[in-house]
Amino acid sequence: MSDRIFGVFGLLLAIGYTFAALAIEESFLSDAVGPKAFPIIIAVILGLSSLAIVLRPDPEPHWPPLARLAEIAAAIVVMILYAQLLPVVGFVIATAVASGYLAWRLGSSLIGTVLTGVGTSIGIYVIFHLIFGLALARGPFGF
Amino acid sequence: MDIFASLGDGFAIALTWQNLGLALLGCFLGTIMGALPGLGPSNGVAILIPLAFTMGLGATPSLILLTSVYYGAMYGGRISSILLNIPGDEPAMMTCLDGHPMARKGLAGEALSLSGIASFVGAFFATWGLILLAPQLVKIALLFGPAEYFALFALAFMTLGGVSSTNQAKSAFAAALGLGLAMIGVDTQTGVPRFTFGEVHLYDGLDFLVAIVGLFALSEVFIFLEERHGSADAEGRQLKVGRLTPPMSMLKQTTPTMLRSSALGFLAGVLPGAGASLGSFISYSMEKRLVDREGTFGKGDPRGVAAPEAGNNAAAGGALVPMLALGVPGSGTTAVLLAVLLSLNITPGPLLFTQNPDVVWGLIAALFIANFMLLALNIPMVGLFTKVLMVPPRVLMPIVAMVSFVGIYGISGSSFDLMVMIGFGILGWVLRKFDVPLVPIILGTLLGNSMENNLRRAITIDNGDWFTLIDSPLSIVLWAIAIIGFILPLIVGRKVKARMHERGDEEGSLTD
Repeated sequence: MSDRIFGVFGLLLAIGYTFAALAIEESFLSDAVGPKAFPIIIAVILGLSSLAIVLRPDPEPHWPPLARLAEIAAAIVVMILYAQLLPVVGFVIATAVASGYLAWRLGSSLIGTVLTGVGTSIGIYVIFHLIFGLALARGPFGF
Repeated sequence: MDIFASLGDGFAIALTWQNLGLALLGCFLGTIMGALPGLGPSNGVAILIPLAFTMGLGATPSLILLTSVYYGAMYGGRISSILLNIPGDEPAMMTCLDGHPMARKGLAGEALSLSGIASFVGAFFATWGLILLAPQLVKIALLFGPAEYFALFALAFMTLGGVSSTNQAKSAFAAALGLGLAMIGVDTQTGVPRFTFGEVHLYDGLDFLVAIVGLFALSEVFIFLEERHGSADAEGRQLKVGRLTPPMSMLKQTTPTMLRSSALGFLAGVLPGAGASLGSFISYSMEKRLVDREGTFGKGDPRGVAAPEAGNNAAAGGALVPMLALGVPGSGTTAVLLAVLLSLNITPGPLLFTQNPDVVWGLIAALFIANFMLLALNIPMVGLFTKVLMVPPRVLMPIVAMVSFVGIYGISGSSFDLMVMIGFGILGWVLRKFDVPLVPIILGTLLGNSMENNLRRAITIDNGDWFTLIDSPLSIVLWAIAIIGFILPLIVGRKVKARMHERGDEEGSLTD
């Protein structure tokens, strides 16, 4: 069943892609093929393969229980927050919090969480910023 | 001899302190990445790409670093196979079959050192194969026009699923998805924006490095979160390593096996869509057929350890041949290496050998050097790497995630790219659940634009005639191989895959 839903989604994607391809504005200076043809070929392959997936689905994949899905969703939220807040709070703090969170959710103890978070953050800061000179996001405190 | 002169120049390039240091660093990191379950060669190389860029390395040093990682990961995969019965990466799966039984018999040290030597033999011969075969392939490739290149790209995509592919529809889906993503951005020939939906960040197209790191490294983090697989598999199961040299009799017994497996593995690596996993698989099966008269394979036969290790390391070298000579990678890790080259503004393919001989021969010389370093690292120092196996994923995975973020942020400095990377991480996780291969997506985003350009060039040259695509004997041959390569797995795919996974060691790692 999962595969069928996946295939239907793929079909919709192919249709949407075709419309987006048809909506490409042609320039007055174009080659013989133009900017639309190849995307349309791709959409056709996408559609045909999706159709094949709908018609001949694989056995059901192993889906995690809802709690684990929530776990992944929470991790995604943390990563998005990390990406957004990185320039605001600075690299060291943001990274310590985010890696600490991941370590905690992967089953670290309280001390392990703090150590992993701080260690990852400082370690990357030292290696990438101080040694290799990579520009990392600066927060209000300059690191 | 031209080849030796070029190789000599290559050694002159590779033998600088900086390059030797990079090769050593790459070998060391690569072995660790290979040994850790959950980090394979492709995500290992992927998360180190930003490191190469931030160090401000030129093309040759970056490639030396990253191919050393690649070779190193091929060596490292065997360590956890032998000690823990968990393959460190997919190509090392077959090494479990005899390696772990040997370790249980108290021969762990012998198994590790023997497989180290087998890896060396495989990689050594494959590097020679690369030297001899790549220039020949270049001669053929110089005959290619745009139509042939288009056919070659199609061939790469159609065969990428490999003989072991169970669902060609999903491989095709992945390839189309990757190609579709490559179309995003301003069309290079007419200058009109495509699929950008007015987002200025997308005008340059998606950065394939962002896609690679997201798909490979972040999706791995999600897999671990899902399984809540936070403790090391090594805990409480450490076996004693013992002596670190194989007895001469064992070496003598396994020499023919190593040589045969190297040849077979190299061949499997060169062929499109096969890669190192298949290299180790067919080497093992062939040896089992040929020499297993007493039925000792699977019970700790040293030949069963030597065969897959020689095979997968030879395949790793073989896979570099099409990547360097044609610009069309045949496996996941070589696709990632191609991404590195493209980011450094170097286009692999036949012209690489004439325009940037320093890159090619410096790389080849570095492969030889790296191989000797790996042998030195992997035999006396194998104890160090077995310690690394004790690092639990609950510590490792946050580091992997954060290094990925830092690397991408370091390249682009924009939060937008981080968001795109997270998007790719989620996509990668979902697709892995559905058993959709990720490598065709990467290859699609990498090659999409040049595939389209070749198509349009071919047809424009012929005044809009689409039949020009199948106009020359060379392109007809390429199309024929492509179609056979696509249909064959439909017939034999399930069988091969089932046999590869017979032991049921489903590992969360990606294909090579």
